[in-house]
Amino acid sequence: MTVNTATEHAIGGAVPRQRRGLAAMMHDSWVVARRNLRRMSRIPEIVVFGLMQPVMFVLLFSYVMGGAIRIPGAGSSSSIYIQFLMAGIFAQTVTFAVAGASAGIAEDMTKGLVDRFRSLPMTRSAVLVGRTLADLCQTAFTLLVLALVAFAVGWRIHKGVAEALAAFALLLLLGYAFSWIGALIGLSVRSPEAATSAGLIWLFPLTFISNAFVPVSSMPGWLQPIAYWNPFSATVQACRDLFGNQIGPVADAWPMQHAIGVSIVSSLLVMAVFSWLSVRKYRSAVG
Amino acid sequence: MPPAIQAENLVKTFGDVRALDGVSLDVPEGTVLGLLGPNGAGKTTTVKVLTTLLRPDSGRATVAGVDVLKHPNQVRSLIGLSGQYAAVDEYLTGRENLQMVGELYQMSARDAKARALELLEWFSLTEAADRTAKTYSGGMRRRLDLAAALVVRPPVMFLDEPTTGLDPRNRLALWEVIETLVEQGTTLLLTTQYLEEADRLAHDIAVVDHGKVIARGTADQLKAQIGGERVAVVVHEAELIATAVEALKSYAVGEPSVEKNTRRITMPVSGGAKVLADVIRELDSRDIEIDDIGLRRPTLDDVFLSLTGHATLAENGESGEEA
Repeated sequence: MTVNTATEHAIGGAVPRQRRGLAAMMHDSWVVARRNLRRMSRIPEIVVFGLMQPVMFVLLFSYVMGGAIRIPGAGSSSSIYIQFLMAGIFAQTVTFAVAGASAGIAEDMTKGLVDRFRSLPMTRSAVLVGRTLADLCQTAFTLLVLALVAFAVGWRIHKGVAEALAAFALLLLLGYAFSWIGALIGLSVRSPEAATSAGLIWLFPLTFISNAFVPVSSMPGWLQPIAYWNPFSATVQACRDLFGNQIGPVADAWPMQHAIGVSIVSSLLVMAVFSWLSVRKYRSAVG
Repeated sequence: MPPAIQAENLVKTFGDVRALDGVSLDVPEGTVLGLLGPNGAGKTTTVKVLTTLLRPDSGRATVAGVDVLKHPNQVRSLIGLSGQYAAVDEYLTGRENLQMVGELYQMSARDAKARALELLEWFSLTEAADRTAKTYSGGMRRRLDLAAALVVRPPVMFLDEPTTGLDPRNRLALWEVIETLVEQGTTLLLTTQYLEEADRLAHDIAVVDHGKVIARGTADQLKAQIGGERVAVVVHEAELIATAVEALKSYAVGEPSVEKNTRRITMPVSGGAKVLADVIRELDSRDIEIDDIGLRRPTLDDVFLSLTGHATLAENGESGEEA
């Protein structure tokens, strides 16, 4: 190769404009989010595999297990079970945003990109905000495709469009909150591989010990309070209500009776705690 | 004028390891300081402190007159950093990588775009501009990484082992770029394991080992510090060694050393080329046939070896071209 001879390539160039506070944060976050969205569009297999798991769950749960799971007040049939199931699948799917954020940030750490970002005069939190915003877009896309698949196999909403959109908003809020957990994991582990498994492993007990896939009343008595008070169950219950997919009466447990409020508050709480921890960790990260 | 980079007594410990054990250095504006040392000597840690990536336990530092610990964000807009692994996003194109960095330096989108074009041109990446960096060779990635450090034409640059793992051709090309930058007034702190690199690029060299600067000076000063030049003679036959040593003794300023199997005699001399000529005449007059003769000046390798008691790369090996 040859490097062209240069004139005036070194010092003394354009004076960068000054943005401050929120405007700077939003600008920098957008630049990073756009970068992550471009990456996603160029590694479509990540998006495709992110879709395959929930689609498979929809098909396996509704056709294989649907007939065996009895919904209180409705009996057991796969066409009824799919109504019950979808809120749970949607909610579980959005929590998988954890894995995207943790693997992505861990990769940026090991590839030296985080050091590059940290050496630039940009808002400290923007690398993480940009990442979680891109994950939010991916989550929204996944939900859309998943809803279409579910519709094809018989899932229907039984209330208005506004209620359904509210349910999707709750799901996106939950997914966004969880991607901050992923951010902290990604900053804490040393390799993208570790980040992927550390990001996913605890999600299985969290999402299965809940009302997502089976009625809590079918669980052993000691497990029922845990499932009801699992904040994840609140989002599932809230969506079930808003989609009009609730079959029979809502369980008596307090979080189930106040599902929308509990869902919003717990998502906001997770987001506040984990974004604070992540940004703190990012500032002091030693790459 | 204050130095463009100044560090005083930097200390940084990681657990039991004192990565920096009181590093002080200064780089006058427009000059190049080569930080020379083996892996783990504290070179990268020094760069991380000076580029605001790492807070030292104690000590202070300024870059372009700005306090690194008090005003890190101001420092960040005055520096360019290029690391030993090419920190570019491999799923973005070359153009997108440079534009992103420009925008994060707070340039307007239009300026960032124009600057990206200029840099791609300068680094001969125009043809590859719209390919993802994943498809680039190691040398191209390293050029893109260096280009990213130049987006705002920073007055002070930090290059952390910029050519580690590059083949000689790409290394030479990067050296030329770095020399251009310095001609245009950039102050540069360069870390390297390659003595040749420090010798060629740096005005001043600081040798670092175990978190300390153990020697400081120009390449010539450091070489002079460990003694002067030597004459090395390879005689044609082993039987000639004894006679040759006898003949050479009066020209040596120390004890000649002999390597029997290579038939090489090395002796310290003073007087340079004139001594060499005298030695050749002397050997000729005694009909001692030689295969090779030369005047050897100490290299920075010799300097490093004598200062630290170990070679630069011997223990650690060399990191290869990364994937």
